[in-house]
Amino acid sequence: MSTIKLTRPKLDAGEKIYFGGIVKGFILTMKHAVKSLRGKSYGAEGLASSGLGVTMQFPEQRWDDHMPEYYRGAPTLVTDEQGRERCVSCQLCEFICPPKAIKITPSEIPSDDKWAKVEKRPLEFDIDMIRCIYCGMCEEVCPEQAIYLRKDYLITGTSRKDMVHDKKKLYEIGGTRVGLVNKWNELK
Amino acid sequence: MQEILLNLAIIITKVVFFTFLVVLPLVPLSVYFERRFSAIIQDRVGPNRVGIPLTLFGFKKDFHFFGLIQPIADGLKLFLKEDFTPEHVRKAFYWLAPALTVVPALITVCVVPFGPDVTLFGRTEKLVIADLDVGPLFVFAISSLTVYGITLAGWSSNSKFPFIGGVRSTAQMISYEICLGLSIIPVLLYFGTLNLSNIVEYQAVNGWLILPLWNESGSVFSAGYWQTCGPQWLFWIPAFIAFVIFTVSIFAETNRMPFDLPECETELVGGYHTEYSSMKFAMFFMGEYAAMVIGSALIVTLFLGGWSLGFGADAAIANFSIGAFKIGGFIHLGIFLGKLLLFINFFILVRWTVPRFRYDQLMKLGWVIFFEAALINVFLAALIIAAPELKAVIIVIGFVLLVAVTAAVIWVAKVSEPPTKILRA
Repeated sequence: MSTIKLTRPKLDAGEKIYFGGIVKGFILTMKHAVKSLRGKSYGAEGLASSGLGVTMQFPEQRWDDHMPEYYRGAPTLVTDEQGRERCVSCQLCEFICPPKAIKITPSEIPSDDKWAKVEKRPLEFDIDMIRCIYCGMCEEVCPEQAIYLRKDYLITGTSRKDMVHDKKKLYEIGGTRVGLVNKWNELK
Repeated sequence: MQEILLNLAIIITKVVFFTFLVVLPLVPLSVYFERRFSAIIQDRVGPNRVGIPLTLFGFKKDFHFFGLIQPIADGLKLFLKEDFTPEHVRKAFYWLAPALTVVPALITVCVVPFGPDVTLFGRTEKLVIADLDVGPLFVFAISSLTVYGITLAGWSSNSKFPFIGGVRSTAQMISYEICLGLSIIPVLLYFGTLNLSNIVEYQAVNGWLILPLWNESGSVFSAGYWQTCGPQWLFWIPAFIAFVIFTVSIFAETNRMPFDLPECETELVGGYHTEYSSMKFAMFFMGEYAAMVIGSALIVTLFLGGWSLGFGADAAIANFSIGAFKIGGFIHLGIFLGKLLLFINFFILVRWTVPRFRYDQLMKLGWVIFFEAALINVFLAALIIAAPELKAVIIVIGFVLLVAVTAAVIWVAKVSEPPTKILRA
């Protein structure tokens, strides 16, 4: 191993007295303070600051408009353009889910139903939002494009029970989505 | 008999007013300033929410007060926390230590002059709790007791990090106490009195020590000032050196940021109060901030004119009266508090600007630089004060001697420094 010899930097008299450096520091911090009070801190505009520093103050200001396309929020279930629930309860998402947040109880679709040829749909579909890590694997693995990560990030509740999203809630957040999977359509 | 009772009542009123209504509220206020100011420096917002939750009572908007209620909420939280005493501590000293850090800081309040005389109900009272003739000495004597609290806390906690913190605190206090005492000797030589009230009165008439912009013959704007301001500005040199040394030493005494080695979080977890929780911890916290308030008060009193506004406006303010009540003193109290808050903000600015010293650097700064500088400064000040009564030859000899001694001290400091080692990377 080679050694590199370093010498301490030579300080001139002004630097050795140290007070000049401290005064410079004061000027720097005060500059920051003044800029931050005027809402002109570095990066304040890009971060949509509230006018004090670079902080966006939450309940009044939200970053919804600033969210990127690929943002992974709460996983939800979606229906297609005909109002059919897309999930066929294949349970792939349940198996892939790393923290085991998803629990599906499958059921058969009765033969007199409009969508009888789909054969299966979930009777219950629970996602435990305390366990969910927003990894998006369920979305990736879903062959029916039935589960999507939406941009909802305010998932709160006052009890553990509140934090379990059931089927009704999942469809409520998810809404309708027009996708590529059209194999169950009447046309086909 | 009645006279004694009345005096007693007045004293108690003063104690309650100044300690509990002036100095103690300054503690949460400075905590608030600390948090807000540091946030602003770091481009953040800081606590701005806690206020009166009017929405709970059906109003449209909450009343925030800029978050000024935050420290009260914090205090309440500390009250409600579990007061946990670890098994392994030495109980008696463990309980005694927090009190020992708060009490000295609050005792020193009694010599701080908050304002000049006030006449109420035909009685003239000074806005000082105890108008002692040994003001600064009393402050030094009492405030140095704070170190017992910190050291005892460190020792009685009976664990490693607090102990190191306590030991550091002891060494630091001893080194900086000397600079603190020596640095104000020139100031006391100049004023010729140890009574803080008289010192402020002198500064009100003759210009602040660090800002001698007026004297008995007028302010900077009048010709009379320029003919008589010579000695004032000549003494400004030692006064400024004293100011710098005194301020830095106060920082070290109050364990504020560049010198907060007894509790430095990055090295010692929480320093001397690692094992403390709840109100006992809050008392250390309060003691630190109270010491900061008193330290600023002392600096403001000695160097920045205490309650005086300057430019000859003080007599007019002092005589301001409503009916028979001469309450100009309360205006001066306001001026004093304004200056105090400004200086506390300076403390905070320093904390968020200057990085922490290494321990050997701290000791070197205290013993090798400030101790000698303060000592030489005493003689420099003495020479300047005595100059008008000395012959020119003696002044020159004195000056040459002083320069020689200074050069010798610098040379010794330089020689004694170990040669810089070559670092390997």
